[in-house]
Amino acid sequence: MTDTAWIDNALTSARPQAVGALLRYFRNLDTAEEAFQNACLRALKSWPQNGPPRDAAAWLIMVGRNVAIDDLRRAKKQTPLPEDDQAISDLDDAEEELAERLDGSHYRDDILRLLFICCHPELPATQQIALALRIVSGLTVKQIARAFLVSEAAMEQRITRAKARVADANVPFETPDAVARSERLAAVAAMIYLIFNEGYSASGDTAEIRKPLCEEAIRLARLLLRLFQSEPEIMGLTALLLLQHARAEARFDSDGAVILLDDQDRTLWNAKMIAEGLALIDKAMRHRRSGPYQIQAAISALHARAAKPEDTDWTQIDLLYGALEIMQPSPVVTLNRAVAVSKVRGAEAALEMIEPLAPRLSNYFHFFGVRGAFLMQLGRNDEALVAFDRAIALANTSAEAAHIRMHLDRLQRDSSPRGVKAGK
Amino acid sequence: MLYAILCYHDEDHVGSWTKEQDAVVMQKLAVVQDKLTKQGRLGPVARLLPTTAATTLRKDDPPVVLDGPFAETKEQLLGFYVIDCKNLDEALDVARDLGKANPGGAYEIRPVGMFTPGSVAT
Repeated sequence: MTDTAWIDNALTSARPQAVGALLRYFRNLDTAEEAFQNACLRALKSWPQNGPPRDAAAWLIMVGRNVAIDDLRRAKKQTPLPEDDQAISDLDDAEEELAERLDGSHYRDDILRLLFICCHPELPATQQIALALRIVSGLTVKQIARAFLVSEAAMEQRITRAKARVADANVPFETPDAVARSERLAAVAAMIYLIFNEGYSASGDTAEIRKPLCEEAIRLARLLLRLFQSEPEIMGLTALLLLQHARAEARFDSDGAVILLDDQDRTLWNAKMIAEGLALIDKAMRHRRSGPYQIQAAISALHARAAKPEDTDWTQIDLLYGALEIMQPSPVVTLNRAVAVSKVRGAEAALEMIEPLAPRLSNYFHFFGVRGAFLMQLGRNDEALVAFDRAIALANTSAEAAHIRMHLDRLQRDSSPRGVKAGK
Repeated sequence: MLYAILCYHDEDHVGSWTKEQDAVVMQKLAVVQDKLTKQGRLGPVARLLPTTAATTLRKDDPPVVLDGPFAETKEQLLGFYVIDCKNLDEALDVARDLGKANPGGAYEIRPVGMFTPGSVAT
């Protein structure tokens, strides 16, 4: 590692805690961020000479606070500038003391608050994500713009607007009670999942560029789990992200086309991430407090455990989707369940299951893709053609459209008319 | 004399390595390990999953299961076991049995990500 790489690393991992504490102190996001920036500048000067502090976050909070207070005083009194090093003199003792206090409960809520501020309900999802990546993760505007495939100027504007709105939001700075804390936790978990999906739903040609979003989401989920160690849903969320991301290398072919789960080269799956995901789900289950993230992770785990597609325990997956339907009723969940049902009880039963969803999913690409596939399995090729045509019209990415076209080609190839239903 | 070498590092840092970076480090370590293996001097080697996957059993009466790694500083690491179990529950059962035989202190139960049994002439 180069001389300064360790400093970058230390600054990145200390960032959520330090900015969170500075925000509690100054109650203003811009001041907190600026104080952190100033502290980082001093760290870059001081750490290479003096070595890393015992607790990087405590050091940055202390220095950031002192510098900002000096700035405020200076602005008020117009007194001469203090010496640069004054802010960090006698730091060792003070740092010790501060570190002791940080070990308490404060920093947990500091980080949670920082994340929670980004989840302001008035902010559209993309702004929540951009804000979190900027403020909590400390990614540069340029990096975020790149991941979102927009210009730097557009992203700058988006973040500025989001910040302005958040500044008016009046998030309380008192330590939250248990109910408020668990509400915050749920909102933050949802946002982390959004960040992940923003990266995960990328098409083949952009997957590599957007991969950092998935990695950052996993980092934030781990951070949250370390703060709230006994929350089964946070274990479930972390497991879910790990198990999904473990398949990253296998999801697209060299042309960027989607490779479906059944056709993926499973040796490309990341065994390390899968092991961690499975361990976390195992740990979560012990609490017997099920939730949507745990169930989705458990479904992912069943896929991860199958060395070959035909080893997949579809009966169990059907049951888990059934539980998810009760917990979080949504036509998309039912649609996913139908895929499992088609494997267990055949396409006929699956088709029957999704027919009632038609009115609500009439503009949903996957609905027509799945419907077409069921119809094709049943030999109802004419109807399948109609469904696939509709799917192509609704495709969000060229990769999605290409995938359906592959089905169409196959249909046309063996379009010897088959009048009789060929149910499984 | 047998020696245990306990590995400490910042897991965020190690966890942020790419697959390639990770492989390079493992490769370098393998060179050292291979030499020891040839001399019959290398025992079991394990790489543990992150502390987020850890569970701790406090060997109080009655024993208490806590999520997360062992966090006290007033107790010291005195030994370890490697056991083969179907799941965490089974591992906790084993830990409880051990705890009955030797109450007080705690066991941290951590899934093992990578393991080579090794062999040493004792």
